Amino acid sequence: MTKRAPDVSTSPPRRRSRYILAPLVLIAANVVLFALFFVWPAVIGLVYSFTNYTGVGAFQFVGLDNYHSLFGDSTFYDALTRTLLYTVLFVPLNFALSLLIANMLVSRHAKGASVARVVFFIPWLLSPIVVGVLWRWLFGENFGLVNYVIEKLSGPAVHWQSNADLSLLVVVMAASWAWTGFSMLLFIAAIKNVPVSYYEAASLDGAGPWRQFFSITLPSIAPTSFIVILLNTINAMKEYPLFVSLNNGGPGTSNNLLVQYIYQTGFQRGQIGYASAASFVLMLILMAVAVIQLIVNRRVENR
Amino acid sequence: MTTTDMPRRADAAPGRAVSRKRLPGARTGGLRRAVSATTLLWILACLYGLPVLWFILSSLKPAGDLFSYPLSLIPHHPTLSGYLTAWRSANFSQYFVNTTIVCVITTILTVGASCSTGYALAKYDNRWLKAFFLCILATTMLPSEVMLAPEFLVVRNLGLYNSFGGIILPAVLTATGCFMFRQFFLTIPDELVEAARIDGARELSIFLRIMVPLSRPIMLTLAILSFQWRWNDYIWPLLMLNDPNKFTVQIGIQSIVGAQNINWSVLLGASVISMIPLILVFLVFQRYVMGADINAGLKD
Repeated sequence: MTKRAPDVSTSPPRRRSRYILAPLVLIAANVVLFALFFVWPAVIGLVYSFTNYTGVGAFQFVGLDNYHSLFGDSTFYDALTRTLLYTVLFVPLNFALSLLIANMLVSRHAKGASVARVVFFIPWLLSPIVVGVLWRWLFGENFGLVNYVIEKLSGPAVHWQSNADLSLLVVVMAASWAWTGFSMLLFIAAIKNVPVSYYEAASLDGAGPWRQFFSITLPSIAPTSFIVILLNTINAMKEYPLFVSLNNGGPGTSNNLLVQYIYQTGFQRGQIGYASAASFVLMLILMAVAVIQLIVNRRVENR
Repeated sequence: MTTTDMPRRADAAPGRAVSRKRLPGARTGGLRRAVSATTLLWILACLYGLPVLWFILSSLKPAGDLFSYPLSLIPHHPTLSGYLTAWRSANFSQYFVNTTIVCVITTILTVGASCSTGYALAKYDNRWLKAFFLCILATTMLPSEVMLAPEFLVVRNLGLYNSFGGIILPAVLTATGCFMFRQFFLTIPDELVEAARIDGARELSIFLRIMVPLSRPIMLTLAILSFQWRWNDYIWPLLMLNDPNKFTVQIGIQSIVGAQNINWSVLLGASVISMIPLILVFLVFQRYVMGADINAGLKD
């Protein structure tokens, strides 16, 4: 935007809107798609969330009944708390890992960084389904490599599949592993943009590497950290395929997350109205997360 | 070219890092630090690489050896039988073709739509264009997973249920793509557009004949990203497709996982086959992904 500023000020104001047809033609395709696949579903979703629609036939408006029963539904609460727990575990772990790796890859001390970067990036290419299969293979209770190694070291076999919390932990590890590549790329770009002179000045003043990291790197890449946390939070809140292939929301239904809950109520039990209400709760949470992070980010940047 | 520094060459990294000269006196500590940093980096790299390595090596074992103790990292009798069975069984090759078709068409449409939208957002100044830009950014808050049921009904009402169109069209608009192209076109000087206008070029031909060729690197970056997203899509194709002949690879793999008794030999083979196209694309076009300024980041 800053690039345009002088140009606009020197030209007569009517220039601004002289071109109407050309930009309209250029954005036409995306406007149509936006209207069809975002506005329309959002509107009918909101409407259906106040009805008892089942996907076919007639429906009645039931007011806030769906929302009422949603908040009385223990399955929904379990899914919601499990989703939040997963997010709270996954986002910091992924943040720490990808920041650590990005720092090491940019560091001039580490050798072979360009090869290592490919190794860290490859998991991001795999689909959530394949990542789930891969970790299931790794953490199988009777056949997995991890339990095999633990037993070799004369430890007891760990119940990675039948213990709900351990099962969630495996998913958290799998997701952090798979998503490191992307967050890492964002961090690498940000760290490279920090002026080298800052570090030179700091080491003249005798600041060690840790001090330099916390006083220079971390504040300088704050906007990127914000984006990474926001994206990862959104991704974690809507996670579904990874759970399906890793433990199918199990053992039992203990690791059913919100999207799986929406999918099951909407498509397996045909309660479209009820599922739409659950969708809107999820959407409100996502928006709240975005707004909170925006406010925090503003405050940090203005400091 | 006066255009841009993005995508940055991936191999520009070491050069930049070397230029960070340190002060004398840190030299003895420098070697120690180099050793420890390199060691830590490669320990982590091994931890990250090991799952994939174990997975691929396991897929080369014959079905009978998969669970035989003691487990061995290297397959004693390497075989491709798992791959062959997977490829022949359960329409897997058909799934592969389907997924390729969907990915290629979606990617072409996404690149085209994002390029023209990004150009309009960057080079024209209108209030409604700004409003539309905000709308596009808002779509990141509203991923299709959040609106599964209503979006399903819309696509069904459009008559696209159980067709590739139902998977392709909702996926074309991506905020990341529009944002990437907008950022790119903002770095192109307005004088270029002005000069073309003075020479009498029409608006759309400026776009098609000057801007589109300039944006080729961004196109490639977005194409790779888009291909990855669509190749790995699971939930939307699962909802949209009813006919097993139209299933995509991810659905195929999940159907093996969902079986009562998992056939691990076939599952490993199928999974590894499904990984191959993306890894090939990535290795060939590595620098376009690694160097890309995807700060736009707002993943699909």
